[in-house]
Amino acid sequence: MNQDILILGIESSCDETAAAVVKNGREVLSNIISSQIPLHTLYGGVVPEIASRKHVEKVIPVISEALSAAGVTLQDIDAVAVTYGPGLVGALLVGVSAAKGLAYAAHKPLVGVHHIEGHVAANYLEHPDLEPPFGCLVVSGGHTHLVEVLDYGKFSIIGRTRDDAAGEAFDKVARAIGLGYPGGPKIDRKAKEGNPDAIPFPRASVEGAFYDFSFSGLKSAVLNYLNHEKMQGNEVNEADIAASFQKAVVDVLSGKALALIREKKYTKFALAGGVASNSALREAMKEVCSREDVGFYCPSPVFCTDNAAMIACAGYYEYMNGVRSGLDLNAVPNLKLGER
Amino acid sequence: MLILGIESASLTASAALLLDDTVIAEYTTNFKKTHSQTILPMVDEILRMTGKEMREVSAIAVSEGPGSFTGLRIGASLAKGLAFPDSLPIIPVPTPDAIAYGAFGQNSVLCPLMDARRSEVYSGLYSFEGENFIIHEPAVARPITDQVRAAEALAEKLGKPVMYLGDGLPVFADEIRKIASVPYLFAPAHLRCQHAGAVASLGARLYLSGRKESCYTFEPVYLRKSQAEQEREKKGLD
Repeated sequence: MNQDILILGIESSCDETAAAVVKNGREVLSNIISSQIPLHTLYGGVVPEIASRKHVEKVIPVISEALSAAGVTLQDIDAVAVTYGPGLVGALLVGVSAAKGLAYAAHKPLVGVHHIEGHVAANYLEHPDLEPPFGCLVVSGGHTHLVEVLDYGKFSIIGRTRDDAAGEAFDKVARAIGLGYPGGPKIDRKAKEGNPDAIPFPRASVEGAFYDFSFSGLKSAVLNYLNHEKMQGNEVNEADIAASFQKAVVDVLSGKALALIREKKYTKFALAGGVASNSALREAMKEVCSREDVGFYCPSPVFCTDNAAMIACAGYYEYMNGVRSGLDLNAVPNLKLGER
Repeated sequence: MLILGIESASLTASAALLLDDTVIAEYTTNFKKTHSQTILPMVDEILRMTGKEMREVSAIAVSEGPGSFTGLRIGASLAKGLAFPDSLPIIPVPTPDAIAYGAFGQNSVLCPLMDARRSEVYSGLYSFEGENFIIHEPAVARPITDQVRAAEALAEKLGKPVMYLGDGLPVFADEIRKIASVPYLFAPAHLRCQHAGAVASLGARLYLSGRKESCYTFEPVYLRKSQAEQEREKKGLD
């Protein structure tokens, strides 16, 4: 029997309400994202209460649009996959509760999905040839992980950040130099006008844990630099700061990734998470991989940002592995990768 | 007509099935476990116990708030999800109205209390004149002292005592004893808390009078803006 499996994915872990329909884990039939970025820009970052309220408003319209854009009805869906962590608890609860109600009323199996597992799975959506095992660097506003993808849904964590996530550092530095929120794309754009070698910001490493990251020192170094220049009465060049800061982050990320590729002799390496759409990081990783003769994978920007197609994809493999969530599925804000 | 009632606005978690004039099943807990883990298993339990299915439900009555923001969102999102596959109507029921309605026929001014933090309550003022349910003041968020004063003023006007009820009562009982100046009583245990049977029962009345939303349009009533918005307003930025 060779029947197609359709998964409805639902994602609401931060500031995007999203739903998608994916066929057989690989083919995106629809991918609807309602972004709240303009709402949060006023506050310089995501306000959890505002985000949660917006999710309640958008969750059904987004699901409905995902079904109709895919040209399917709820009856055609084989299972509902929903992000249940990690993320903002109030935001996660909206997607989880709506998904549970919908799956229950429509008699569909429910599969709780790890958000980061979703980011990694985003790579499967556009690369039919990509299969585990491979190495992966996951970088977003909340996460910075070096992982080995052993199999679908099976991970070994090689390194993680000890303090700020890389994306968090982008947001904080962007705020400090007056670029505003969201910091990632704004720094990326500004950095193109600047000199990445203008200011020697530190490249931190964690003693005794080579593959771990630390970005809070780098963030402080940027703030100290700004302070120092201000006290001296010097004009600062925001583009140079953005470029130099970004270079420091990219050097650390791609440096560790390179070391891991060499150590584990990977033949495939992937980038995932919101910061994977940073142009400098993509360039650096592409170069590292081509130099090492390793296949390089990276999702298109639309699948790097939080989306539900990646959740449906990860949910597909969990579903095929027999994973089912109960009616008591709860949001788990600090869910660890590889946990259930 | 089969109405599913859902109550998750505050500490109480409750689900009920109203078949015409009878609450055929109700499941209520006043226990610290997240509503996210309890409400849907309760809905499932009462449906199975009565041999009913979601597709037989005519409408979902939801306690719309005010109350705990998170509790409201769990109830609202769950109700929307449940309503979506068969496009069931959602009946929004003001939470304090349902609490008061649950004490049907009492010869008192009914003052439901839910803890709104910072010495404030979510409340309202109600009474029964025979079978008529009178809403003197709909859902409100204000300091407990102000609400006690408002309840007492109404009690004096109507010549009735005040009955305090709601799952916030234990939090404010001492304060009420301290400042009360007209006769009052605290509702007994079985009348005190929210229960979904009252949400469904009042919901049925509202539904027949034309009150309904859909899974696209229903929104919880928070009464308060988020902290971040309040602070922005204080700074005069909006």
